[in-house]
Amino acid sequence: MITAERKPMDELTEYVKPFGRILLVGCNECVTVCAAGGRKEVGLLSSALQMHFMKEGQPFEVKEITLERQCDPEYVEELVPHINQVDAVLSMACGCGVQEIARRYKEKPVFPAVNTKFMGASESQGIWAERCQGCGDCVLGITGGVCPIARCSKQLLNGPCGGSTKGKCEIDPGVDCAWQLIWDRLKALGKSDLYEENIPAKDWRSGRGGGPRKIIREDLAS
Amino acid sequence: MKTESTLEKILAAGHLAVTSECGPPRGALPAKIKEKAEMLRGFVDAVNVTDNQTAMVRMSSLAACIFLRQMGLNPILQMVTRDRNRLAMQSDILGAYSHDIDTMLCLSGDHPHFGDHAMAANVHDVDSIQFVDMVRTMRDEGKFQGGEPIDGPPKMFIGAAANPFADPFELRVARLAKKVKAGVDFIQTQCIYNVDKFAKWMEGVRDRGLHEKVYILAGITPMKSAGMARYMKNKVPGMDVPDELVKRIAGVPKEKQADEGIKICIETIERCKEIEGVNGFHIMAIEWEQKVPEIVEQAGLLPRPSVN
Amino acid sequence: MQNFEPVIVAFCCHYCAYTAADMAGSKRLSYPPNVKIIRVPCSGKVDAIHLMKALQKGADGVYVAGCLDGDCHFKTGNIRAARHVDHVKRLLGEIGIEKERVEMFSMSAGMGEKFAEVASDFTEKIRKLGPNPINRTAFAEARQAIG
Repeated sequence: MITAERKPMDELTEYVKPFGRILLVGCNECVTVCAAGGRKEVGLLSSALQMHFMKEGQPFEVKEITLERQCDPEYVEELVPHINQVDAVLSMACGCGVQEIARRYKEKPVFPAVNTKFMGASESQGIWAERCQGCGDCVLGITGGVCPIARCSKQLLNGPCGGSTKGKCEIDPGVDCAWQLIWDRLKALGKSDLYEENIPAKDWRSGRGGGPRKIIREDLAS
Repeated sequence: MKTESTLEKILAAGHLAVTSECGPPRGALPAKIKEKAEMLRGFVDAVNVTDNQTAMVRMSSLAACIFLRQMGLNPILQMVTRDRNRLAMQSDILGAYSHDIDTMLCLSGDHPHFGDHAMAANVHDVDSIQFVDMVRTMRDEGKFQGGEPIDGPPKMFIGAAANPFADPFELRVARLAKKVKAGVDFIQTQCIYNVDKFAKWMEGVRDRGLHEKVYILAGITPMKSAGMARYMKNKVPGMDVPDELVKRIAGVPKEKQADEGIKICIETIERCKEIEGVNGFHIMAIEWEQKVPEIVEQAGLLPRPSVN
Repeated sequence: MQNFEPVIVAFCCHYCAYTAADMAGSKRLSYPPNVKIIRVPCSGKVDAIHLMKALQKGADGVYVAGCLDGDCHFKTGNIRAARHVDHVKRLLGEIGIEKERVEMFSMSAGMGEKFAEVASDFTEKIRKLGPNPINRTAFAEARQAIG
């Protein structure tokens, strides 16, 4: 999922303090799974914001709504009945959702309530770790299912570097050395000879290097 | 002979080569690098000039190498993949060769986490193995990495680093094999304190016949004190410092520890001379460059051969 | 603040804390009337939002009383409750409200004295802390109106 973390309260109160009434919009997908911007978090943030402004003696109202997701126009459309009753929108979705709301409701200020972090997976309850960087040219088939772009601190395609220590990355003992993981997997699969192949320099055009990307499905696009 | 590099000539002639290193200054004043380099004249065959070592900004290796060349020394241009994309790298290689810098070392580089600009973008457009392949393509095929021809290809003698002491050990020979496949000409290893482990790695290297395809320079760094020994043992990733070594230095009074460190250093060199496949030594005397002449002399590596 | 009577909300789990409250009652142990008890099946059922809403609606202090460590009827409900309390403390800290206004306490069903003690001590602590800052403006205005 796309993971995110709520922004600090002082940053959020700065964003919304010029307004008397805001629409606090949650998202039922990724940010719900990583407990950053789902229905529950909307409730908590709403309460915290209201209490903050009550303390300041400033009138402040919060309208709460959680959409199925914010990255599809059909769902963003559901805000139409509410949008004119508020002065601004605070979205708890990832950057994708915030932008779609801003795109649809051009005259309404929209603010992000979370910092979008990475594409990752749950390692265990309450712990999410980075897994994918969307490089656009997946090599997981030859690295035993472990991504060297997202999980190696130096994104080496022919790792490990000389700093790998006891299976951990030199920058942080809490970070696994991706190439140790890759090697262990290749061994377990009986494919250690794959390691001997030199993977050539990457063409970054399939990734961010080629500019903002788009996928167009001719069979689906109207 | 692939290049005009003095280091290549010395190694090809069968001598034990000796290299050392210099770190450029943390500013734009050239005097310091010239001083350090001058100390090494006549004692080493070539001098590595580091590239933003430990991810701390220093005068560029390329600029410092030019100064060394002007002094009549043989600089080895170190370049890391951390700070530049492939355009900048190829561009700097052309620039270096235009100033008669004909030997280089291709490295990944320490992570910005360790340096003074932890907030910087970590480039790694290519990794060290792809880097070696790129330089070899420039030299032997006269082509840029993108495929276009080079008008005046750089004839670089290509080096890389090897660390027999990093984990996982079972991969360390295979990683050298990958660099050899990519076209590396010579290797400098991480500094050796655990000679037995280094010997074991060399055994693996010889088993695969790699010692006949690449020149190997054993990395040597003298210990200054017990404190330094402990620091390197515990705080530096990819370093193997045996307990006996720390005990040995710590067992000697403080004023005598530096001398003991030099003694150990010479002993290490002598032991490595006996290991088949070792073609020379890379002496890294960090913040102790003035000791290099003494070490080279006591290790019986003088006079340095002259080749044309 | 002589006229300030704190409003305290206490979420008490049915199996331990609420039974302890009953015990206190039958033993005629007094505890301040400021404490409004809400019985829940398990302290773990008390979510962060319940604590926040209690404060938002004007409570000056809120606490969750659950079973002793290892004794939770639902195994780990009391551990969850403690985590929710910690989460709310952090959130309160971020908006400048005293973290001491929300707490977690443990007791067994037979600990009537403990129940009364916790109720009294917490009420006193909140009395000293003063009214919930969100009430302060309202409180101050009300006081002025009374004169």
